[in-house]
Amino acid sequence: MLGEGILKGLGETARNFVGSFVSEDRLTTVEYPEQRLLPIENTRDFPFLVYDGADPDAGLRCVSCQICEKECPPKCIYIVKSTDKKPDYVGKPQFYPARFDIDISVCMSCQICVEVCPFEAIKMDTEFELSTDDRFGGLILDKHKLAKSNEHFQRIHPTEAAEVDARLAEEKEKVEAKAKAAAEAAAAKTAAESAAAKTAAESAARKAEDGSSGSDAEGVKP
Amino acid sequence: MSDLAIQSYLPPVIEVESQDELLEVAMGPHHPSTHGVFRMDVALDGERVVRLKPVFGYLHRNHEKIAEKTTYLASMPYTDRLDYFCSMTNNWAYALAVEKLAGIEVPERAEYLRVITAELTRIQNHASAIGFLLQEMGASGTPLMYAFREREIILDLFESLSGSRMMCNYMRFGGCRVDLPAGWLDAARQVVAGLPRFIDEIEALLTSNEILMARSQGVGILKPDLAINAGVTGVMLRATGVNYDVRKVDHYGIYDRFSFRVPLGEHGDIYDRYMLRVLEMRESVKILEQAIPQLPAGPILDPKSKPRGFRPKPGEAYGRIEAPKGELGFYLISDGTGNPYRYRVRPPSLINLTILEDMCLGQNVADVVLIFGSVDIVLGEVDR
Repeated sequence: MLGEGILKGLGETARNFVGSFVSEDRLTTVEYPEQRLLPIENTRDFPFLVYDGADPDAGLRCVSCQICEKECPPKCIYIVKSTDKKPDYVGKPQFYPARFDIDISVCMSCQICVEVCPFEAIKMDTEFELSTDDRFGGLILDKHKLAKSNEHFQRIHPTEAAEVDARLAEEKEKVEAKAKAAAEAAAAKTAAESAAAKTAAESAARKAEDGSSGSDAEGVKP
Repeated sequence: MSDLAIQSYLPPVIEVESQDELLEVAMGPHHPSTHGVFRMDVALDGERVVRLKPVFGYLHRNHEKIAEKTTYLASMPYTDRLDYFCSMTNNWAYALAVEKLAGIEVPERAEYLRVITAELTRIQNHASAIGFLLQEMGASGTPLMYAFREREIILDLFESLSGSRMMCNYMRFGGCRVDLPAGWLDAARQVVAGLPRFIDEIEALLTSNEILMARSQGVGILKPDLAINAGVTGVMLRATGVNYDVRKVDHYGIYDRFSFRVPLGEHGDIYDRYMLRVLEMRESVKILEQAIPQLPAGPILDPKSKPRGFRPKPGEAYGRIEAPKGELGFYLISDGTGNPYRYRVRPPSLINLTILEDMCLGQNVADVVLIFGSVDIVLGEVDR
């Protein structure tokens, strides 16, 4: 019969229409600003800089090595390296970014900066409500807008943050152990040196005594 | 296939009473049926198409030249933007080319992950291709929304895996970027279990629909010899009855381990292309049903691969896969530095579009929109 296929199709749409009143899984949309879907954990959009502790300026993990600037495919990162050094999270003096800008109108959220960063300093954010009426300045994020705490990172990507924190703690432990070992070695060395110096002085004194007592073993030849 | 003579070819000339009576229409570049910015300069004799000239290049972004100026890894996110419906398969084709170039081995688990993501990509691409085709036929909304509802579920899987719905940037040279998050496999299993119901629904809605049949059967016929000579691949080629699927021909990845069939058309018209997409979705579900339970444990990335300082030895390689739209290939020449010396994409969308005039000549102007839609192109890949 002509029209049978159309009727069959209309039956399918009717099933969906009526079903949307009965079954929850036929309702696929939400009323966005009032209702929100749960965020998906791995979601990424734009990068941010992680800082430890309370002070964004002092705790910034970035040491301004500029690898992300070089590897960024659309070249949206702009870094000016500092001229002085500040202690980093393990206490080692490091450079810090005097200026760190990301132009998020150029950024394509590819995550390559995160992959290449050896210091776990740059991570991907999930904040997507970023619209602004300033097309140029408003979309360039500077160091202060980019800096977000490690707690924020732990909140948005808990699994990844736990891995990163474990890795950093291990590294810090290693560095501290190394420093401790180095300090112990240095202390032992100084002790050994002073002991050696002492013995040397003693033996020299003994020798001098020997010399004065008449032995000519070390005596100056005429 | 071997008895087909390769000869120089010109599109047929349509006889008209007077050349002066023709009406020239520019369809596009901002036409709702053109899937992006694309223009067709059509010469009409009444309703009949006499000449058709496609004009590409409105979305040209210099992809190949940019890739020659950046590192190998930095081109990976750009490949997402070629065919932005199928970023997983684009990633795979590029990774395959680089792996061939540098001789990198891919771990077992990564191969499975690639197959799973590629087949999910194929399903959501074919579903939306059918939706767009019906949208252009005048079924405003319903089939497209049904397709997008299903596509969204698959994109949610991609988002929880790679972090992004469409610009996945998931594959790396020698494997994949991250391992599955907790619970992903169960979610995927659930999605795959729901897909046959969706395909049944689409078929009940459309396959026996008289309007679809009247508009698409016998329209936009492509002959197999022309399709082969023009280098057409994918669904377009198989709808003409030529059995050519890179998954079966090239044995890339681990497709040999799965049993699936390659559906073939007979007439090469729009309806065959529609039907083939439905059947390919069913075959993809079959592959997924085999691949997900078999997924082995192990590393997902070759331990020797590192994100920075990748310099393959001088040489050249061509990696190709069966993308949802056809054969997607990447041709790379390395001169031993960190950037490719030559980087060339073989985009299925562009090459399948080159025979648009042959399919449209002599047809009605309303059918041009359908024929164009049945090719299934994405302008990001056509213009690059």
